[in-house]
Amino acid sequence: MSEKIVLKYADVPEQKNIGTYMKNGGYKALPRALSEYKPDEIIQLVDKSGLRGRGGAGFPTGKKWGFIPKTSPKPKYLVCNADEGEPGTFKDRAIIEGDPHLLIEGMAISSYAIGAHKAYIYIRGEFAMGADILVSAINQAREAGFLGKNVLGSGLDIDIDVFRGAGAYICGEETALLDSLEGRRGMPRLKPPFPVVVGLYASPTMINNVETLANIPRIIDNGAEWFAGIGTPHSTGTKIFCISGDVNKPGVYETPMGISFKELLKMADGIKDGKKLKAFFPGGSSTPILTDAHLNIEMDFESLKKAGSMLGSGAVIVLNEDRCMVKTAARLVKFYRDESCGKCSPCREGTDWLAKVYKRIMDNKGRDGDIDLLLSISHDIYGTTFCPLGDAATMPVVSSIKYFRKEYEEHINGKCNHTDN
Amino acid sequence: MENSINTLLEKDFQGILKRYNTPRSAILPMLQFVQKKYGYISKENVETVADVLGLSSTEIGSVLSFYGMFNTSPSAQYMIYVCSNVSCGLHGAEKIITFLENRLNIKEGQITVDGKFALRTVECLGACGGAPVVQINNTYYENMTNEKMEKIISEMEKQ
Ligand SMILES: Cc1cc2nc3c(=O)[nH]c(=O)nc-3n(C[C@H](O)[C@H](O)[C@H](O)COP(=O)(O)O)c2cc1C
Ligand code: SF4
Ligand code: FES
Repeated sequence: MSEKIVLKYADVPEQKNIGTYMKNGGYKALPRALSEYKPDEIIQLVDKSGLRGRGGAGFPTGKKWGFIPKTSPKPKYLVCNADEGEPGTFKDRAIIEGDPHLLIEGMAISSYAIGAHKAYIYIRGEFAMGADILVSAINQAREAGFLGKNVLGSGLDIDIDVFRGAGAYICGEETALLDSLEGRRGMPRLKPPFPVVVGLYASPTMINNVETLANIPRIIDNGAEWFAGIGTPHSTGTKIFCISGDVNKPGVYETPMGISFKELLKMADGIKDGKKLKAFFPGGSSTPILTDAHLNIEMDFESLKKAGSMLGSGAVIVLNEDRCMVKTAARLVKFYRDESCGKCSPCREGTDWLAKVYKRIMDNKGRDGDIDLLLSISHDIYGTTFCPLGDAATMPVVSSIKYFRKEYEEHINGKCNHTDN
Repeated sequence: MENSINTLLEKDFQGILKRYNTPRSAILPMLQFVQKKYGYISKENVETVADVLGLSSTEIGSVLSFYGMFNTSPSAQYMIYVCSNVSCGLHGAEKIITFLENRLNIKEGQITVDGKFALRTVECLGACGGAPVVQINNTYYENMTNEKMEKIISEMEKQ
């Protein structure tokens, strides 16, 4: 069984040129989709494949597509979320820079499936090179007739535009992203109505992650059963894991879902400098920390959930035995505090409180009771905020205290002996 | 005035405007265009954007202030952004920042007197596999070390 699905050709030189992409089997899925399947049949196929969203929440993609109204007086939109701001995550960039046509082909097929004629790629502003690569790939695809008016003689117009963000993590949240695309401050919207019904320009809108969409051509090429046969029963296909931190070979590793963390660590050539594992974020900074006790955990949606964490975006951040957990949590709390959009008070005030308490602990001015204070602030934030960013801010706090309370106590008593990180 | 900066800008803006469903959606692309051209977005240019789009300059200013990537005062020739999030932190981002502060004789958040370099820390740049990561203008430099940084800076000093 081939391990790589999405990144199969991403290392091929010139894969971003349409000729090379086609030589490697590209743009076969789109004509097949248009000629052999009705839009509904594609939605069913994707549903049968078991593909779940790769942007963080893991919602079944086919089900989500099914929520788009079949008929609509307003145009429908597809939006690709390429904001990639979750600390630790760098997989979408690998797809965009390595195999942009795979994403474009996936978007063209997805647009056909949901009945969209216009799609946007919302790419984080810092990815200037990625944006340029996408724009030229889109132009190539349009010239070749895979995008634009009357795509491949189907009578359908399908086009893609690239929209650059401007440096705000919250714009990765899908409704904030839509506000940003509409030229507003990127603040989350109240749900319902959900974007599938009232999204971009108050029209039905499907928002999917880059990796999710890049899987679509492969599902058309090889079938739903093939895809469902990879990974685990409820987490099908592969996942691109981004491994960073204290490993010998950081980078992107695509493997079938359900691989053990231990195996994954081996792929990254183990912990650097012969040290021992202390802890890891399994799916980005918004997912609760796990420890060396979870070495054998399977990396898929359900196993990680059972262990009290999440697969998230698949960003694995590894920390060795010498790292200070308090400092790590403090750094992330500062991140969430700074990136909070300020719309709702539990998140706006709560993250600021958390940051203040962490600051005094880091300044060796921690007080007795600060650990419980952090927990109680987190408790007040959790579940009370407008969007999941507030919850996310509490994850590193609660999980690091759960497993490393002693380190917090050492800090407060002025006895932390961890190396700097 | 036929040739005023703003008349020239307006011409470019019409091209941008055409691509969007609503004038509002052209705000970020226009601000990005201005910043690329002048390095920062002046009050005057905020007004030009507002005029072209038929929106108030307060509205444009409010959008502008939400996003971290816009400069509202003249920026340096080389904007140096050092990622300081966790993965880069584990690989010595703090050392790179200290090195740059000493090398450029400025503090994080400041700009050199000659306007050549500015130093800022930023959140995760989405390139953690190459930590520590430094972005200078639009280019990413990965697996940075003080030695590599020194080479890049001295090259840029000659420019
Ligand atoms: C604060 C926040 C940031 C997010 N950032 C991203 C992001 O950068 N990329 C992404 O695809 N999804 C991100 N998401 C998830 C999106 O809201 C959304 O669930 C996802 O794009 C849906 O695509 P999928 O179904 O293909 O996973 C973020 C969510 C939150 C709450
Ligand atoms: S939880 Fe935070 S980021 Fe989300 S809407 Fe509230 S203030 Fe904004
Ligand atoms: S933490 Fe520095 S690029 Fe992600």
